[in-house]
Amino acid sequence: MVAFAKQKSAVTTGASLPVLLALAAAAAFLVVGSISSSIFAQQTVAGLAQGAIFGSLALALVLIYRATEVINFAQGELAMATTYIAYQLTLWGLSYWLSFFLTLLIAFVLGAVVQVVFIRPIQHSVIAVVIVTVGMFILIDGLVTWKWGADLKFMKAPFGNTVYHAGGVAFSRQDIGVLLVSILSVILLWVLFQFTKLGLAMRAAALRPAAAALVGVRVNWMLAIGWGLAAVLGAVAGLMTEPTQFLQPTMMQAILLYAFAAAVLGGLESPAGAVIGGLALGVFLNLIGQYVGFATSELRLPIAFAVLLIVLLIKPTGLFGRRQVRRV
Amino acid sequence: MAALLELDGVTARYGPVHALHGVSLSVDEGEIAAVLGANGAGKTTTLRAISGSVRRDGELRFAGKRLARLGPDAVARLGVAHVPEGRGTFAELTVWENLRLGAYTRRGSKDDFARIQTYFPWLGERRHQQAGTLSGGEQQMLALARAFMQRPRLLLLDEPSLGLAPLLVTEIFRIVRELNEREGLTVLVVEQNAHIALQAARTAYVLEVGRVALAGPSAELQEHESIRRSYLGY
Repeated sequence: MVAFAKQKSAVTTGASLPVLLALAAAAAFLVVGSISSSIFAQQTVAGLAQGAIFGSLALALVLIYRATEVINFAQGELAMATTYIAYQLTLWGLSYWLSFFLTLLIAFVLGAVVQVVFIRPIQHSVIAVVIVTVGMFILIDGLVTWKWGADLKFMKAPFGNTVYHAGGVAFSRQDIGVLLVSILSVILLWVLFQFTKLGLAMRAAALRPAAAALVGVRVNWMLAIGWGLAAVLGAVAGLMTEPTQFLQPTMMQAILLYAFAAAVLGGLESPAGAVIGGLALGVFLNLIGQYVGFATSELRLPIAFAVLLIVLLIKPTGLFGRRQVRRV
Repeated sequence: MAALLELDGVTARYGPVHALHGVSLSVDEGEIAAVLGANGAGKTTTLRAISGSVRRDGELRFAGKRLARLGPDAVARLGVAHVPEGRGTFAELTVWENLRLGAYTRRGSKDDFARIQTYFPWLGERRHQQAGTLSGGEQQMLALARAFMQRPRLLLLDEPSLGLAPLLVTEIFRIVRELNEREGLTVLVVEQNAHIALQAARTAYVLEVGRVALAGPSAELQEHESIRRSYLGY
């Protein structure tokens, strides 16, 4: 009885054995490759840094998808706008990291306010929410361009331009910093969801709003907090994108597409899947760009979606997705 | 004894469909009361009206407070635990997480967990199991345990017998009565299974198309031959 129950719960965590084996094999391949080639190692680290950004934005999409069953098309633009806010704060003379943390706070409030003002009144209709997020995309884009202009802006480099050398391999301090900040924010969020009362209530509100309300959870607040946290993740992604893409209103548009691909790759409902999907995509694209002749930067996006298509053909629910079982 | 819960002319509807046409009932502190009736009589809606899961009008008072404008989360925080139809357990969460959610509105629930384990000894060893993998009877018990963790003054139970084997139904009702006697929990239970509900309850209400058709001590309702035949079906 107990053994049977254990088996069942192992299945519902989403990641199947073949997927885990494939991921382990890929990780082993990266380690061996990095040991044998310094260029491979550099590209892997740079890919992980890029992938961590995809992963955090993908996680933001998944957070909202789980609670609202909608892709927030404005997630990338919201991230871009909050990055401009950080830029403005540094213009006013605040240090980079003070601006960074203040921006996360502002992003949280902004995300929650967006949910309360724009989403809550129409949340019963999925299609209306989708259209509102598309509208917000355009609105934010317009507002930012009007306020700051469409030309490139630069912030002070948060991690400097130092390059570390280890055994003939050059790691840029920036890549390491981006990777650490992104992964750290993901871990903090995971701790919040897994180990705190608030996190538990948020999960309950997303899973079964009606039942959550019956135990006293303020479901609407939880949804607003969820949007706030998603905006914080987006702000991290935006701020970590800025050192390589610089500030411009379009800076997050391609990244949103990669993040979407990463989220779907991970199964759309799985936070771990989104992050792993993002990392995998980042590394894969970087290595392909390095070693495959025709994979020029213009082809990165099509290649990303080709990979997504192939994975979905083999495993339609994504790497960590659960098959939907509905009782009728 | 003072009434803990009082409904007076409560109406409720789902969109254009009226489900309650003025239900009046009262539940005394410390008693078990039952709401009986056929399918579609408005039993479930009555509980939903109390907990605020459906829009309702009329006079609803719980412990002297008016409920009519409160949402489900606010009613829960006043001390009403509603175990809905289909149990409302979070299948995706573990047993332990379900219990923690029960205690969401409170602090310091460690003692309560020890206490609830005296009623459901198996909860401790299976606290890390996903609730969705429990059997139907276990899920019903988990739902009861979670409601207990809320430390409610009033427990609303919707068809606890639904889909369970007769032996399990007896077991569930035995525990409900124990919770009532030992912990002083006031219970309002909705049941199709009139026989077992009348045995547990002191007072009973029979609903018919959204109105209270009959009310009285359950012993009297049980005796009444014509009532038994026309309303209770046994």
